[in-house]
Order: sequence, then structure tokens, then C-alpha cells
Amino acid sequence: MAEDTGRLPDNIMHFGRVLRAAGLPVGPGRVIEAVRAVEAAGIGSREDLYWTLHAVFVNRRDQRELFDQAFHIFWRNPRILEKAMSILLPTFGTEADDAPQASEANRRLADALFPTEKQVAEEKPQEEETLLDAAFTFSAREELKHRDFESMSAEEIEQAKKAIAQMRLPIVDVPTRRFRPNPRGRRVDMRATLRASMRTGGDIIPLKRRSRIRRHPPLVVLCDISGSMSRYSRMFLHFMHAVTNDRDRVHTFVFGTRLTNVTRYLRQKDVDVALADVSEGVQDWSGGTRIGACLHEFNTFWSRRVLGQGALALLITDGLDREGTENLAFEMERLHKSCRRLIWLNPLMRYEKYEAKAAGARQIVPHVDEFRSIHNLESIADLASTLSRSWPRTEEATATTWGAVA
Amino acid sequence: MRTLPASIDDTLTLLQDGNYVADRALATTLFLSLKLGRPLFLEGDAGVGKTEIANVLSRTLGRRLVRLQCYEGLDVASAVYEWNYPAQMVEIRLAEAEGVRDRKQLASDIFSERFLIKRPLLQALEPDTAGAPVLLIDELDRTDEPFEAYLLEVLSDFQITIPEFETVKAKEAPIVIITSNRTREIHDALKRRCYYHWIGYPDAGRELSILNLKVPNAGERLSREVVAFVQSLREQDLFKLPGIAETIDWASALVQLDKLALDPQTVNDTLGVLLKYQDDIARIQGSEAAKILDQVNAELAAVR
Repeated sequence: MAEDTGRLPDNIMHFGRVLRAAGLPVGPGRVIEAVRAVEAAGIGSREDLYWTLHAVFVNRRDQRELFDQAFHIFWRNPRILEKAMSILLPTFGTEADDAPQASEANRRLADALFPTEKQVAEEKPQEEETLLDAAFTFSAREELKHRDFESMSAEEIEQAKKAIAQMRLPIVDVPTRRFRPNPRGRRVDMRATLRASMRTGGDIIPLKRRSRIRRHPPLVVLCDISGSMSRYSRMFLHFMHAVTNDRDRVHTFVFGTRLTNVTRYLRQKDVDVALADVSEGVQDWSGGTRIGACLHEFNTFWSRRVLGQGALALLITDGLDREGTENLAFEMERLHKSCRRLIWLNPLMRYEKYEAKAAGARQIVPHVDEFRSIHNLESIADLASTLSRSWPRTEEATATTWGAVA
Repeated sequence: MRTLPASIDDTLTLLQDGNYVADRALATTLFLSLKLGRPLFLEGDAGVGKTEIANVLSRTLGRRLVRLQCYEGLDVASAVYEWNYPAQMVEIRLAEAEGVRDRKQLASDIFSERFLIKRPLLQALEPDTAGAPVLLIDELDRTDEPFEAYLLEVLSDFQITIPEFETVKAKEAPIVIITSNRTREIHDALKRRCYYHWIGYPDAGRELSILNLKVPNAGERLSREVVAFVQSLREQDLFKLPGIAETIDWASALVQLDKLALDPQTVNDTLGVLLKYQDDIARIQGSEAAKILDQVNAELAAVR
């Protein structure tokens, strides 16, 4: 590329567009900056070019991997690029679960570089990429909302994942013991009042007011990833990733035969990298379930650390326990007593006549504040609206919510 | 009054003089933090003697102890300083009556040290004839993140900025001990400024010497039995394991009951001193307690 400097700005522009399509916030301003930066730094070596562009385009650590791959694919001989396209193409459009985890980020880049088969031959496929997005119209979304995750095709699952990534979980705020200035507050802020009165030399003492700061309580998610939940768990991981990145004070755990804290993995902003990390860190995918034992582990080692300050707990499981369930009721009771509110999300609730008949489910039911289904996009959205309503404290809620559902 | 210890051995002696039985690891960390003037961050389960270190330091070094108990929502007004508003109001009215018209004068009168109510953190920065005080920030995990962030300024520069007044800076840095029960992780930024030490449960030998120091009127046999019983209790699957504080409480309770040795009935009756959760008590009470007791007696007999 060095010999043909005349085309370099063009190439940088195309590279910028590829990055943008792959999800990096790259605007025209950035591209101009990049061209200037490359002019200033010179293009002595490939490594220099790499770090120059890196300095301009990457501003968060988790964008690095995407940039790295895009760079190596893009800044090569165009011949190799074409070959790379043909290599990448077969994986494109196949069922999501079949593709190996490690190539998730790759696949997204492939999406950005070569959105559909027909446009491969063309130089600038980015326009069509946006069109593709727009094709997922409102009516399609509407239909998708009611479709059970279990019966979705690979493509629909992809779309649902996108919808989930947009979701926010508005948990109701609770008052804290801290204050902030508020002209309509109910308390007088003496300090601000006196300071204000000094401005007039003490002639006038204008009353300054303050009110309590409200803040959402911590959220703890416990998700079952055993075999019986396998069709759902991937979707829930996307959900948990969206929730974890949306706010602070979220702790995420998955359990099958053992309990794993995946909060750190899910903090990773890039969903593909995060999920790849999770599947590497978790060893009991799609195995059996030992709900009682896992809750015991949670109660002993984690509850005191993550359930402080009035946390809200979401338990996602179908309640089908492989092992004996004698401990389960006891552990559920302890979990219930250590959090502000415990919500059980059960994908089996999609059947209208579902009753908690399985031995495990029967042990869980008496100890939850609320029992909801979670099997399609709509039920996730419903959950959001429940959480944004204010609720009575745990003790009073137990009996009332329970009569109706069980 | 003593000077700061000059070596790790000195530190060990210092703690011993204060009736605190420490292992060498703790003495090393404490020595470093005293020598280099950095806060000491102590983490560990409840009742393992974290807070006691600050008490011992203050006693043996003859320094003033300033204690800040943390809780959720702890704010600057109750941790650092507050203005005495009623007195300020009176002052304004007096100035008005006297016809003082100079605003600047009035402002500097109102926001002067006279009207400043000092809370623990500010108190700890004040000079003291006996040397810089010992500042104990207890159970830091109970506060929320904003307060933790505020501590960063205080702990790195030992200064506090009061906007209406001035920046207060300590001439001599206080000895800072921070404790946490680990009900939540403390942010790395704060930990980075401290020396960290995890205080675990002591082994049988150390626990026995602690007990001999703290409850000297307990008989030799009783002390041995109590320690062995508690040690084997810590191997059980309990929600809350008994700490050293509980061992000491239990031994004192048994002394009050005039016991010279443990028997199953006494253990069952006094288990509430040792275990604080009903599930734990229900699990140990009765046959399990008797079993542990038999085991303890057998072991002690074998040693003799």
C-alpha cells in the first residue's frame, strides 16, 4: 500500500466504514483525523500504521479485538481479502449454535464486510448493511415478540438477540440516605441556605431545599443452564449481558451442577466476546441440575457479599431438579430472607395450565415473591414493567401474590 | 508513650504488650504500614480481632483513638464536618442588630472554626501532643461507593477541603486502620493505597494463648477443651463459623457458670453464645455436639 499513497485516504475511509458497520463509533470526523494522523506519522511500517489507526479509532479496551481483526483482514493485499471473503462466507448464515464460539466476533466482522452474498463482488457493501437492518420492521418485530424462543429459527434468534440488546430493565428506585439539592425538596438544606444568605450579607435568608437521592437496588441474577433449559439459556445470557451492562451493582451467576459467578465475563461490552468468555469459564453447560446444592453454595459463599443493601434477586430456572430436593426448600427460604424481593422466572410457565408439580418447583413456590414466565420477547418486556413498579416489602408481598398464581 | 516500632520483632512485642497475640504475617504488614505511613486494610470474618488492633495500637503507643463506624449513606456531615447552623443564624441576627454592614467580614465570621463541628475524619487530622492519632475506619464495606471515593482524597494526601473555610492538612499523618467484613468488595483504587492483610481464624496453639490472655481465670483443662471444641466446630458446614470473639465469650460464660470442664448438657445450654444462627444451632445441638465433645476428649487424652 505504501507505494500508492494517492489511494490511501480512500482506503482509510473504507476501513473506517467497515469499522462503523462492525459497531465501532466511527464518524467522518474520525476518518479525517485518521488521515491526518497517518500523514503525520508516515507509513513506514505496517506496525506503525496499525498503532496510528488504533490511536484514532479505538477508545475503549473492548473495541480492540474487533479493530485488530478488521485491520488484519482489511490492510492486506486485496486478493487475499477476496479469498478471505470466500472462506468466511460458508459460515455466514448458518445456524448460530453450530458456529464455534471463538469465531463470533469474526462472524460479526464478516457481516460488516460482506453483508449478503450478492454484494460480495462490490467494493462498498456498507449501504446495504443498513438496509438489512431496516428490513427487521415493526410488524416483524411484533410477530417475533410472541414467538417462543424454543421454536425460533436461527435467523429469528439473531433478530431476537438484537431486540434484547436494546432492552433496558427499569428497576424501581428506592430512597437512599443521601441528599441532593432540589428546589421542590421537602427538607431545608441549611448549609446551602447559609451560603446563599452570605451573598446578601445576611439581610435575606433564602431557603434552599434538598431531597433524598433515589437509587436502584443491586440486582442479582441466578440462571439455570442445565440440559432442560438449553434452548433458553443462550437467549437468557444475552438478556443478562444487556442487563449487566446497563447498570452498576449487577451480579450474575449461572448454575447447573455447580455455581459460577459470570459477572466479570459479562462486564465485557462486546456481547460475542463476553459470551465466549462465559462458555470458556463455565464447565457444566447443558448437564444436570442440582438447584439445592447450587443455592446452598450461593447462600454460604456469596449471599453476604452480593445481597447486601437490599438486593433484588431473579431466579431463572424451570425447577426440574435431578437430585433429591429435601434441601431446596430450606435454601430457598434462606435466599428469600436475605434479599429485598425474589422473583422466579420460569420458561415452563408458557403453558397456560402450568402448575408447579415437579418436586423441585413445589419446594421453590412458597418462597418466592413473584412467579413469572420468561419464554419470549414479550414476557421479558413484561418483566421490565413489573420491576419498574414500586412493590411492597418482601414480608407483606409473600402471601398476596401467591394466592393467585399457585 | 512509646515510639513507633523499629522492626518486625518490635512490632510483635508491641502487640504482645497490648495483650494481642498476632502471627508474624500480621506483624510484618503492620510494621510496614507504620513505617511507611500507609493505611492498613484488614479484612476477615466477623470476630477475628480486626478492630482490636486499632485499640491495641492506641493503648500501647499512647495515641488518641478516633473511630469512624461506617453505615450505608454515611455522608460528609456525619463523617467529616458540619457547620453549626443554629449558632450561625444567631450570629447573623446579632450582626444585623449591631448594624455590621461588611459582607466579607460577616462571611468569614460565620464560616470560621468557631462554628465548625468536627467529625471523626477531621478530628484525626488535628495535631496532638501525644503524636498523630490512630484513625479506625470500621466496617468500610457497610458504606456505599460514593463515600469510598471520598476517602481516596483523605487517605492519599491526608487533607480535607472545606470550600467555605480552607483546606485542612495533617502535619503528621494519622495511623489509619480500615476494617471490612467483606460483605461487598472494596474498590481497587482504595485498596491500592493501603497494605492489605486477611485475618483468618487462628490455629489451636494461638487460640489457646489468646484465651489464656483474655480469660486468665479459666482453668487449664477448660481452656484446652473450649479451644479444641471450637476448632473442630470450624470444620463443620455452618453458615457462620464462630470467631475468636465467640471463643472468648464462651470461655467467660463457662467461667461464670463455674465449669471446670465441658459436658454435653452445658454445651447444649450455652451453644447460643457460640453460634448465632438458629439453623447452625439446630444442626450442632444434641448428638452432633456430643460427638464432637467425645472426639475432643479423646484427642486431649491422647496428648496427655
